[in-house]
Amino acid sequence: IHPRDKDSRWEGIEMERFADEADVVIVGGGPAGLSAAIRLKQLANEQEKELRVCLVEKAPQIGAHTLSGACLEPSALFELFPDWKERGASISIYVMTPKHQDTSPLNHGNYIVRLGNLVRWLGEQAEELGVELYPGYAAAEVLFHEDGSVKGIATNDVGIAKDGSPKDVFERGMELHAKVTLFGEGCHGHLAKQLYKQFNLRENCEPQTYAIGLKELWMIDEKKWRPGRTEHSVGWPLDRHTYGGSFLYHLNEGEPLVALGFVIGLDYSNPYLSPFREFQRWKHHPFIASTLEGGQRIAYGARALNEGGYQSIPKLTFPGGLLIGCSPGFMNVPKIKGTHTAMKSGMLAAEAIFPKVTAESLDSETAGLHVPEYSESLKSSSVWKELYAVRNIRPSFHNYFGLYGGMVYTGIFYWMLRGKEPWTLKHKGIDANQLKPAKDCKPIEYPKPDGKISFDLLSSVALSGTNHEGDQPPHLTLKDDSIPVARNLAIYDGPEQRFCPAGVYEYVPMETGDGMRLQINAQNCVHCKTCDIKDPSQNINWVVPEGGGGPAYNGM
Amino acid sequence: MPGRVLVGVKRVIDYAVKIRVKPDNSGVVTDGVKHSMNPFCEIAVEEAVKLKEKKLIKEVVAVSCGPQQSQETIRTALAMGADRGIHVEVSGKDYENLGPLQVSKILAALAKKEEAQLIILGKQAIDDDCNQTGQMTAALLDWPQGTFASEVSLEENQIKVVREIDGGLETIRINTPAVLTADLRLNTPRYATLPNIMKAKKKKIANVKPADLGVDLTSRLEVLRVDEPPQREAGMKVETVEDLVGKLKDAGKV
Repeated sequence: IHPRDKDSRWEGIEMERFADEADVVIVGGGPAGLSAAIRLKQLANEQEKELRVCLVEKAPQIGAHTLSGACLEPSALFELFPDWKERGASISIYVMTPKHQDTSPLNHGNYIVRLGNLVRWLGEQAEELGVELYPGYAAAEVLFHEDGSVKGIATNDVGIAKDGSPKDVFERGMELHAKVTLFGEGCHGHLAKQLYKQFNLRENCEPQTYAIGLKELWMIDEKKWRPGRTEHSVGWPLDRHTYGGSFLYHLNEGEPLVALGFVIGLDYSNPYLSPFREFQRWKHHPFIASTLEGGQRIAYGARALNEGGYQSIPKLTFPGGLLIGCSPGFMNVPKIKGTHTAMKSGMLAAEAIFPKVTAESLDSETAGLHVPEYSESLKSSSVWKELYAVRNIRPSFHNYFGLYGGMVYTGIFYWMLRGKEPWTLKHKGIDANQLKPAKDCKPIEYPKPDGKISFDLLSSVALSGTNHEGDQPPHLTLKDDSIPVARNLAIYDGPEQRFCPAGVYEYVPMETGDGMRLQINAQNCVHCKTCDIKDPSQNINWVVPEGGGGPAYNGM
Repeated sequence: MPGRVLVGVKRVIDYAVKIRVKPDNSGVVTDGVKHSMNPFCEIAVEEAVKLKEKKLIKEVVAVSCGPQQSQETIRTALAMGADRGIHVEVSGKDYENLGPLQVSKILAALAKKEEAQLIILGKQAIDDDCNQTGQMTAALLDWPQGTFASEVSLEENQIKVVREIDGGLETIRINTPAVLTADLRLNTPRYATLPNIMKAKKKKIANVKPADLGVDLTSRLEVLRVDEPPQREAGMKVETVEDLVGKLKDAGKV
């Protein structure tokens, strides 16, 4: 880390930042952020109050970084927009036909959606209501008042070359100040990571545990299309100690599209495991291959998701801000649904902060508003009850029998008792610590992709449409440059070259011929956050690249 | 000294996106796909704004022909420094058939209406790669053209243009009013930063219909079919020259 004031290349560069004031600033244009923005403006319009709500989103357009299954439980959407049908929300009616391998609770009354499209629709509704949306601008820094409360955020500087020097087009980011800032960055947000440390938000909860989800969209043979059908599986090709499973949803939007994907818990222990290749391998299962035969893959993407549930929810509020959505993490793991809880958390946040930001006199101890009412209302809401009921299912997999033990526990305690058992099981610890050294594990022989059902990594990454301005410092930063070869490669055989779903990390021989080095292909990054989560040395720190970069998902 | 510059900006599918042909082979999928300003149009806007900053021209007007979303592209041009925008609304079937001939008719009509002395365009769009609009516009207006510009300098009543040609660089001097098309090395476009996007919301974008300009949008071309390029087949290695000749003979190539 080279401080700029000692770097001669930065002499004379204008470092002043333009600042603007809003009432509320929201970081992240996903379901949670947009629901909060919409709810705030709905309340403002109802009560005829002025309210400036600004939302910044790193994706170049709203929905371009959204990736999910998804089988949406529409409760939160209906609450936000009782007239959703008249407004034309893009969700399709569905009919549930459980397959014998379907192990998740029944999906009655839910909707198969392309979440990216729904998020895009939410963005349009938000704009109509008067929310200022700024896609293509990433929040890179949290700003603080003198009293330590959150003052707002600053977007990232642009025009810095790969070597760290300012280019001709260098421009400072902008500061957005607000009375209260909502952080809805999704799973494992990078600003949230800083906030946890700054305000000690995780001192009374378990560390978050995660999974990686990889997904593809396929246009299949019309004869094989069963609109509305959902299929799930667990087990193969994973062993009983590796948590994971698959989904395959037949969309019902007029064309024979299926959304399918594979989720693997990031607490896996074998450093030779490659989530991407497990996903490709799984597609060759006869049931899946028969659906895909004769079809064409049209999209690919990946994203980390939360599995910690109730035990891992941190403190949600701090002076000047609060956390919403998958960032703190409200996913119902056995149902594999987190969108409805994320939206609900955004709405509750809006309802809690509205009276405070529109109050005549700003009655606050700190310059940034503290809104603990949000936590209170979340704790007495359906979200809390739901997460409490399923809290023991995921941790129940940590036993000698792995998958089978977990299923037995779930069968007894969830189906019969609905989570009323008085104990709360713990998670194993942080995911990064779960890897065993490479010498204690067996390398996995993966089949070669056949180019029809399974594919290689690079052609998949090309399909995600991901790109970044090439001449910028890599946004996958290393705290210590020597650790990848000294520790990750030496002990764990470089797991990052296997768990990254975009081929960002490669261990290549040095040009001098002696030894290896870590090559970071930052341009490939699909912003899934898996590396920040799973690096056994916790040396990789994902920071946000220049806004507008990253995947270009279309209705994922 | 030219007073008003017209800059054409086109909304195209982003260059990093993987294009997909529609199942009915009538075109490519554009719905929901990430779009952005044509890279050569960005260079054109940057050049115009640079000229204004050097006080060599007075006003930069950004023009785009297309549906509602083209306004976002104009907004980006405004954020880069253009003073106002004109959105020529073309949508539906008309938009699908919109090509260089119609756009150049529109630009020519606008140039007369706005009394522009300079038109700067990108050399080509990355979706159709036509490389025709600048040239056709100049012809319709009977103006000189400086295409594939990698360097532009304004003199008394003329413009010196260094052009990128196959053999290297060609320098020409043309009279104003004129049409210029920007090539890659003309400049490095600036970022449209957030404060400028916010300020751009206050700048005006006028709405115009092609009929108001007296332009007929009927296309002289009809797209029959769009197909993906054929899959690359694997190559073959041979050991000797005799093998190579033998294989070429078998394939009927010699």
